Amino acid sequence: MSRRPYVRPMSKTTWYMRNGRYKVYMMREMTCLLVGFYSFLTIFGLAALAGGSAQSWNSFLASQQNPTMVIFHAFSLIYFLIYQTFAWFELAPKAMPLQFGEKRVADFYIVAAHYIAWAILSAFIFWLAGVF
Amino acid sequence: MNQRILELEVMRYDPEKDTRPWFQSYTVPCESDWAILDAINYIKENLDTTLSYRWSCHMMVCGSCGMMINGEPSLTCKTFIRDLPDKVRVEPLENFPIERDLVVVLDDVMQKLQVVQPYIIRKDPPPADQEYTQSRAALHKFKQYTMCINCLVCYAACPQYGLDNSFIGPAALSLAHRYNLDSRDQGKSQRLDILADHDGVWDCSFVGACSEVCPKDVDPAAAIQQMKIEGAKEFWKQKLSGGKS
Repeated sequence: MSRRPYVRPMSKTTWYMRNGRYKVYMMREMTCLLVGFYSFLTIFGLAALAGGSAQSWNSFLASQQNPTMVIFHAFSLIYFLIYQTFAWFELAPKAMPLQFGEKRVADFYIVAAHYIAWAILSAFIFWLAGVF
Repeated sequence: MNQRILELEVMRYDPEKDTRPWFQSYTVPCESDWAILDAINYIKENLDTTLSYRWSCHMMVCGSCGMMINGEPSLTCKTFIRDLPDKVRVEPLENFPIERDLVVVLDDVMQKLQVVQPYIIRKDPPPADQEYTQSRAALHKFKQYTMCINCLVCYAACPQYGLDNSFIGPAALSLAHRYNLDSRDQGKSQRLDILADHDGVWDCSFVGACSEVCPKDVDPAAAIQQMKIEGAKEFWKQKLSGGKS
């Protein structure tokens, strides 16, 4: 009897196509591309502002208002909502469980607390931005 | 009881004959309340005595009958045919080398379970009355992590382990967490060197598949994320105290 274990290869490039669970994970991780894009956009906007002239800033604002960019921003918002906000809030109770005495606090309350904090922070940012 | 005919496509591999695994099809008359393990036992007893696989208790305790059922890692004693289509593909657990047929090589994880020092480590001497007391609240902090039966279904679900098996992996890490959370244990900082190392908790990118497939609701992904937070806290504590902590 000789041992000759067989190792099944795992593709380094297409492994996440194996099941729906991995695909959702990759969709969540892909939000990093959008984060990267918005980092550059912020730097670009700051550069336009630092340019000193009203014209450079106004042209930056105008560039963000053309229909392609508006659609892109709307897409990003929805993508972030699904794969960043919802996905991470769902996972939050795993990273920060709470226990009082012998009882563990139900996941629902931890997730709900996140949504409440999110709503308050969003309202604060809207207030800062002068929306209301 | 009603019978149902199931077609089982079972992965076969004989290290002395085969260069690669292949699938053999069996037609199995199943009772409606059978688990897949019953169907595999039927094959072994009635159709093909050469089929190799592991099982023992048939009641989700021994953790030896984990396999891929239609691509999903699970205990075959817990996967019932009433929840499956007429054609079922049975493979050995993913991410492990195949020893023979449905039997995988477990040496790597067995060694990893030891690496995390899964036992109570004391720095202070034991209490004078030689008995460690623990409140129920303290027990409940880690109880869920004691439920692991080492079936390694979580390793089969983990793409990080599949891509690079130097990762300590879900079951061994949650076992470490179980002892870190134990009020009687004082070995947390000793374990941290292993857990916060390159192949420890930071190799986990929180796919979360381990927790979804776990037959005992151990939730290894939770254990790993909690250890990441602990590790980061410890890192900053040491930085801020000038490395003396």
